[in-house]
Amino acid sequence: MQAFTILQSRFVPLSIENIDTDQIIPARFLKATTREGFGENLFRDWRYLDDDAAKPRPDFVLNQPQYSGQILVAGKNFGCGSSREHAAWSLADYGFRVVVSSFFADIFTNNALNNGVLPVTVPDGFLQKLFSLDSEATLTADLNLQTISIDATGEAVSFEINSYKKTCLLNGYDDISFLLSCKDDIEAFEKKSFRVIEQNSRPLEFDSEYNLIGNHQHKKNNSKKFTSIY
Amino acid sequence: MGKSLFDKVWDAHVVKTIEDGPSVLYIDRHLIHEVTSPQAFDGLKKRGAGVFRPAQTIATADHNVPTMDQHLPIKEALSRLQVEALVNNCAAHGITLYGLGHPYQGIVHVIGPELGITQPGMTIVCGDSHTSTHGAFGTIAFGIGTSEVEMVFASQCVLQSKPRLMRINIEGALQPGVLSKDIILYIIARLSASGATGYFIEYAGSTIKGLSMEARMTICNMSIEMGARGGMIAPDDVTFAYLKGRPCTPAGAAWDEAVEEWRQLYSDADAVFDKEVDIDASVITPMITYGTNPGMGMGINEHIPANGAGDANFTKAIQYMGLTAGAAIRGHKVDYVFIGSCTNSRIEDLRLVADFVKGRQKAAHVEVWIVPGSKQVEQQAIAEGIDKIFTAAGFHLRQPGCSACLGMNEDKIPAGKYCVSTSNRNFEGRQGAGARTLLASPLTAAAAAITGYLTDARELLN
Repeated sequence: MQAFTILQSRFVPLSIENIDTDQIIPARFLKATTREGFGENLFRDWRYLDDDAAKPRPDFVLNQPQYSGQILVAGKNFGCGSSREHAAWSLADYGFRVVVSSFFADIFTNNALNNGVLPVTVPDGFLQKLFSLDSEATLTADLNLQTISIDATGEAVSFEINSYKKTCLLNGYDDISFLLSCKDDIEAFEKKSFRVIEQNSRPLEFDSEYNLIGNHQHKKNNSKKFTSIY
Repeated sequence: MGKSLFDKVWDAHVVKTIEDGPSVLYIDRHLIHEVTSPQAFDGLKKRGAGVFRPAQTIATADHNVPTMDQHLPIKEALSRLQVEALVNNCAAHGITLYGLGHPYQGIVHVIGPELGITQPGMTIVCGDSHTSTHGAFGTIAFGIGTSEVEMVFASQCVLQSKPRLMRINIEGALQPGVLSKDIILYIIARLSASGATGYFIEYAGSTIKGLSMEARMTICNMSIEMGARGGMIAPDDVTFAYLKGRPCTPAGAAWDEAVEEWRQLYSDADAVFDKEVDIDASVITPMITYGTNPGMGMGINEHIPANGAGDANFTKAIQYMGLTAGAAIRGHKVDYVFIGSCTNSRIEDLRLVADFVKGRQKAAHVEVWIVPGSKQVEQQAIAEGIDKIFTAAGFHLRQPGCSACLGMNEDKIPAGKYCVSTSNRNFEGRQGAGARTLLASPLTAAAAAITGYLTDARELLN
């Protein structure tokens, strides 16, 4: 994962609330089996008049040349709806490294952080101030200090991020490497907590003609004695 | 201090907690489908890692499958490749796949419960936000992104921060013609599309206790539509009766032991919640949405709110929907009716619709799609003769899949058309670019199919 420390950039204002992940990337563009190339369909149905990419909607911010930069500033409850990580991939692929809003949906927050995109939650008043700035204005997002500031005035607000995720992002570490390093703990946990129910609830196996070939219910239950874990 | 239902299940699954960070949460069951898994398999391959616990992962194909002629190759090349990638990935990693053509295939959140894969006290994840459905069984079930799918493949764990807890207490008798879908649409309208963000919900109260498992699933399914991580309901005799004898539930002595354990899954009397909400079920009427998020809903006989404050977001939504602020919605013409999705595609939904439409005909100008949630639901409907009732009414019974819920596969609603849908999201373009979605219960959808207009179904009840 790409590390993030500090970013100074102009920003793209999108003052719409409840931007769901179907707007960020519509479902019909989720058919790829790789993570690349989603940026071209970012905000597809707001960006283009139809599926013909030659006809951009002139009133949409991404089509207005005065707006640019690696920071997206959006209305509250950004990223709600579907869990599709393609939303984070499309923002990153388009070139955004920071999304600023007054409120983020939970799953989007995780997805963004797992892709080196920093979600920055700011008070609503500060968000409205950002929307009122002219298109030349630049912002600085500093992960170490946990602040975002308006460069022209120096006005800054701080934002929250848990220290584990902060460390990951500053260093470009990902969660999977961390979890792989926890294998011993996980196996010990399984030995301690694995339950009778688990051992008797495996999915059924079929052959290629859909005939049942494995059924746990007919196997002898020789598991350890039942002890409750609750 | 007593423990909540959530705490009991959560605490039993924490491997360890990172200081000032998330917990390593053990996952009992991982459900996967073709859309959000290929990049995770790809990532695993790049790391040289394998699937740690393949027997705890179950796959199906649902989002991107056609709902007609499923025996033929998928026409659209990218969709076909995605479904084929799932087949190959499952074969390579020893994962059980109930794929296209399999008698157990269906929408991932329909097949989990119907096969008994979903059981009380489990942790269940899936790369799909409606994983909250499984919470109806007293599980901690939530949607995850593809990086997290890869984490579960690699370690059978995810990193999760403990959410805050909200209990929604629902008391009172439902009016005739009011379904569990109306309850959840009412709650979301009260709390808004972001009102439960950061929370995990427990639904409790006498109204919930009186619902069937399938009705409870409809409620938990839409928890995410108010931003909640998930929603759960304490298991009871209704739950155990539903699960007994399902293909993947324990049998014999193991069943009795399981029930004994599951009976401990409830919130203690002195459990503390970060927020409690009380709902009077007796005042709920058939609901309909008028806007572009599920929180923009109201009783079907109410008027769309006026936009006195000139809220730009509200204006945008109403313009997209082609509706008028302050106007009535009842009587509005309908073009499509979609009865399906992980919210409302189970056999009880189909039975209820069949019972309502028996002897009636759809309005000539309406296209009606009934999409069963699984092969088993489809076969059950045929066995009960429900298919013939639909055919006689002019409804089109299709094959299992997510269908027109998400505008991804071949089933899309054309731009500008109005669709009364039993699904879960009315976002702009959700059912197809430019499509206008009105979320409702299966009964309200069936009534719209018959009259061709938004109708209070209670007036057509015998």
